[in-house]
Amino acid sequence: MTGDHPLVRLETLALVAIGGFAGSNLRFLATDLLADVPGVLLVNAVGSAALAFLVYEAEYAGLVGRRSRVVFTTGFLSSLTTYSTFAVQTALAGDPLLVAGVVAGNYGLGFAGVVAGRSLARRVADGAGSTVGGGETA
Amino acid sequence: MTLDVLTVTSTISFAFDLQPAHLVGTGGAIGAVLRHWIYLQFSSERFPWPTLAVNAIGSFVLGFVVFAGVGESTAQLVGIGICGSFTTFSSFSVETVQLYERGDRLRAVVNAAANLLLSLAAIGLAWVIVARGPLAL
Repeated sequence: MTGDHPLVRLETLALVAIGGFAGSNLRFLATDLLADVPGVLLVNAVGSAALAFLVYEAEYAGLVGRRSRVVFTTGFLSSLTTYSTFAVQTALAGDPLLVAGVVAGNYGLGFAGVVAGRSLARRVADGAGSTVGGGETA
Repeated sequence: MTLDVLTVTSTISFAFDLQPAHLVGTGGAIGAVLRHWIYLQFSSERFPWPTLAVNAIGSFVLGFVVFAGVGESTAQLVGIGICGSFTTFSSFSVETVQLYERGDRLRAVVNAAANLLLSLAAIGLAWVIVARGPLAL
């Protein structure tokens, strides 16, 4: 499949849009069920772990197809997670202790999620075999 | 006929019940496509510029939405939907860990700090524009 054919680009945009629709709604649901700060913390941690799994899985084994990866990474996961709401929460937290907690929580759980997703991808790849080219991070 | 009426009624109530979800989802789709476009234009192997750009720009717009006191529907469409999806935490954290593990530890730290500081500065700028700028009431 050629990557620059207009129909392929159109398909990619549609997949990104569909993923974005679903991801933003799931984030909306999470902040609705929990409060805003823990809701964003949860989606950022889980989304970072899931993206890391897909990116490293593409690097190590490549079992997930291109189209599925675009929907999940660029569409769903990048829209599920958010930086702007996290930044506004940090800016408006007021209490220095709460500021530190919000930043340390999102950064700490986000990076820990990446390491966990990477370990899982390695484990899956060990069971599956061959190595192919890298995956998109966005 | 009865079935038709039931179908129409349930469709209408379904649409009304899910209106916030439609707004958030539509905004989310727009934000994701805009972010995808930025990544296609500005991707770099050396430093994750696109993520830094979308996070700072999206934080500025969200700050504007928050401080300007827009209506609930606008906040859901633009704030939660477009800005929420346009900015990304997952790409940021994966890219930061990738920088770190390939040996660019300084760049990883700079990236982590720059995303936070630029986003906070952008929110501050939005506040200044709303509170002091030409748009101030």
